[in-house]
Amino acid sequence: MIPELGQISLILSLLIAVLLACMPLWGAHKNIAALMQTARPLAHAQLLLVVVAFVLLTYSFTVHDFSVAYVQKNSNSLLPFIYQISAVWGAHEGSLLLWVMILAIWTSAVAIFSKQLPDVVIARVLAIMGMISVGFIAFTLFTSNPFARVFPIPSEGVDLNPLLQDPGLIFHPPLLYIGYVGFAVAFAFAITALLDGKLDAQLIRWSRPWTNIAWAFLTLGIALGSFWAYYELGWGGWWFWDPVENASFMPWLVGAALIHSQAVTEKRGSFKSWTLLLAIATFSLSLLGAFLVRSGVLTSVHAFASDPERGLFILIFLVIVIGGSLILFALRAPNKEAGQPFTAYSRETLLLVNNLLLTAAAFMVLIGTLYPLFADALKLGKISVGSPYFGFLFTLLMLPLVMLLPFGPLTRWQSEQVSKPLKLLLPWAILAIATGAVSFFFWPESNIKTAAGVITAVWILLGTAAFVRSRFKNSSGRFTAEMIGMTVAHAGVGIFFFGVLMTESLSIEKDVVAKPNSNFSLRSYDFSFEGVQQVEGPNYVADRGTVIIRDGEKIITTLHPEKRMYASGGNSMTEAAIHSRLHRDLYVALGEPLDDKGSWALRLYVKPFIRFIWLGTFLMAMGGFIVSFDKRFKRRNAAQANP
Amino acid sequence: MTTRLLPLIAFIGLALLLFVGVRMNSGKDNSAIPSPLIGKPAPQFALPVLNAPDKIIKTDDLLGQAYLLNVWGSWCPACQIEHPIITELAKSGKIKVLGYNYKDETEAANRWLQQFGNPYDTILVDESGRAALDWGIYGAPETFLIDAKGIVRWKHVGPITLEIIEQEILPTLESVR
Repeated sequence: MIPELGQISLILSLLIAVLLACMPLWGAHKNIAALMQTARPLAHAQLLLVVVAFVLLTYSFTVHDFSVAYVQKNSNSLLPFIYQISAVWGAHEGSLLLWVMILAIWTSAVAIFSKQLPDVVIARVLAIMGMISVGFIAFTLFTSNPFARVFPIPSEGVDLNPLLQDPGLIFHPPLLYIGYVGFAVAFAFAITALLDGKLDAQLIRWSRPWTNIAWAFLTLGIALGSFWAYYELGWGGWWFWDPVENASFMPWLVGAALIHSQAVTEKRGSFKSWTLLLAIATFSLSLLGAFLVRSGVLTSVHAFASDPERGLFILIFLVIVIGGSLILFALRAPNKEAGQPFTAYSRETLLLVNNLLLTAAAFMVLIGTLYPLFADALKLGKISVGSPYFGFLFTLLMLPLVMLLPFGPLTRWQSEQVSKPLKLLLPWAILAIATGAVSFFFWPESNIKTAAGVITAVWILLGTAAFVRSRFKNSSGRFTAEMIGMTVAHAGVGIFFFGVLMTESLSIEKDVVAKPNSNFSLRSYDFSFEGVQQVEGPNYVADRGTVIIRDGEKIITTLHPEKRMYASGGNSMTEAAIHSRLHRDLYVALGEPLDDKGSWALRLYVKPFIRFIWLGTFLMAMGGFIVSFDKRFKRRNAAQANP
Repeated sequence: MTTRLLPLIAFIGLALLLFVGVRMNSGKDNSAIPSPLIGKPAPQFALPVLNAPDKIIKTDDLLGQAYLLNVWGSWCPACQIEHPIITELAKSGKIKVLGYNYKDETEAANRWLQQFGNPYDTILVDESGRAALDWGIYGAPETFLIDAKGIVRWKHVGPITLEIIEQEILPTLESVR
């Protein structure tokens, strides 16, 4: 009974979404106020129905209703409670429902926080979000119904994929989806502007915080996924250029470009068409990401989320949404680039370069991700492009970005003499190179990457600090939330690159054959392997190793890496054990047993500064959030009230 | 107008590609491209062995026994997919399986083997990918079957599956014995 209620609720939400997609749009077209005003209530009604469906599916999980096929496949009676909840989005059907719910939440949020927009605009924006909703709810209902029953009713469920039984995976998909789906707002505003035939500053200003928030969530989602891969997969790596990772990285890159170009369009009126195109591209790439993950077109380590049968449906949806909006763009994009003129060296130019680099990077990821498919289509065989390709091209594209980053905030709009920011930054550039040179000789490896990491960090951090200083010296000395957010995010970029380059150049790892009570040393650390015991968890048994780590005489920590076999069968799971400090991680993963005398293959890592990678991304996300609190985005309210 | 059509045109190209991808994924289409090498002697090479860089193996050193040459790299996700199947085949002892580590770094390759197991009799290292040109290797994974006289008998591009072993590798092996 309960699953049927969920089913009905979801079907009703589809009907509401269809109404939301049509009525306000028709009202906006014919200028019928009553129809336009249905947009907000319909958005809220849709959210309510989707939430009911979602809650009922969750309920089916918590009562172990194995008559529901999806519950039966992704849960069992031994599953700990918290994973019963997260299992709701542990596989295809449920994660789609989560996607639909998040889209409904964004739609409702737009309906609430848009008082300052004229009815006709909000009617169009919400109707476009309704159309997207129609596509996804229909996809869920017709190809991937989470409420489908099985008969006869199995007495026990299979299990949640053990790889997903992890705290990191509870939050990773929701954060990621909030980001993906959030770009629908920027997309909806772009389409509205194209339909309207005009893109005024007010609309752009209104859409900016939404883009920032979506991007910040996407940043957190990606970072959490990377962190999860780091400790769960037991490879000690944090990014694998896997197709699914790439799928989330492309909208991130283009979204970052969009954030910057929206700022230009809002403040200077330039880059209008470009901003619209980027808004379309960002959301399109989110959809493409969903397609790649859900269709199984590409082979990936995330294979647990794919199904070829559904590919065609999403592809058709993709063609309608993206193709339709690009046709609209070709027909209606502003003809002449209006906006204030700018000279060869100005903040506009720098941001244009930023945009080109970020989109080029996204394009390169797209090519690398789709290349296997391309080769396959041309009968060249199933081929992967690996990290050699991505690593090389990324370095090439990020280098100018890092070099130019501190110049951006210090350069004025419209026109600036190159010498001015150069004079401010030159001492810091020299200092950065000097510290880089010192660090090159300080670490025994004398790796050029180490030096590059230090140079990047010092350059970006001090360059950004130079901006703060110049603001304080400036007569106004005023700091808006926008500036604070930008400063924090830029500092995050520096810290991120520092983490990446230092980890890559200074990590040491050792694969050892460990007999019980044997010692291994990495750098100044001494790892002593005590042996392996069997332990029992709620729904698994594990081989649990004990490794004591000393630095000289001092015991730093005792780590317990595990190899888990879940009761439901399947592959064993590696649970790496990590002792982390800001400046380094000590990482131990258990390999395979090698003989019956208790010897194990053991992987030991010392990973300096790896925490900086996530610290940096966290700061970027925080920057995105802070910017969206800027008073300017709200002030129009007051301006409208007393004109 | 034309520049504004560019994104649309690019997307149409992309959509077509994705459509082909979906079609290939639903209908099983294991694209075995006939290699010009089939029926011809294996190309001459001299490659070092993984973890024993001083040891060089030449084409002629491998004469006398049929072997499977499996091209892989630690950077290649599809290689992970086929790896358990390759492992099983090697364990069965039906044929000697050689690894061909393609455009990879030794450290990464070793870590990968540590993680997923090493089923290979010997692993040849082609870090630059130069010898791969003679083999006509496009990427990884690819697999060649070479008979005892050193003649290339069969080639497959993409991950090996159980069906491929049953229906292609074992019969081919039988026919050249």
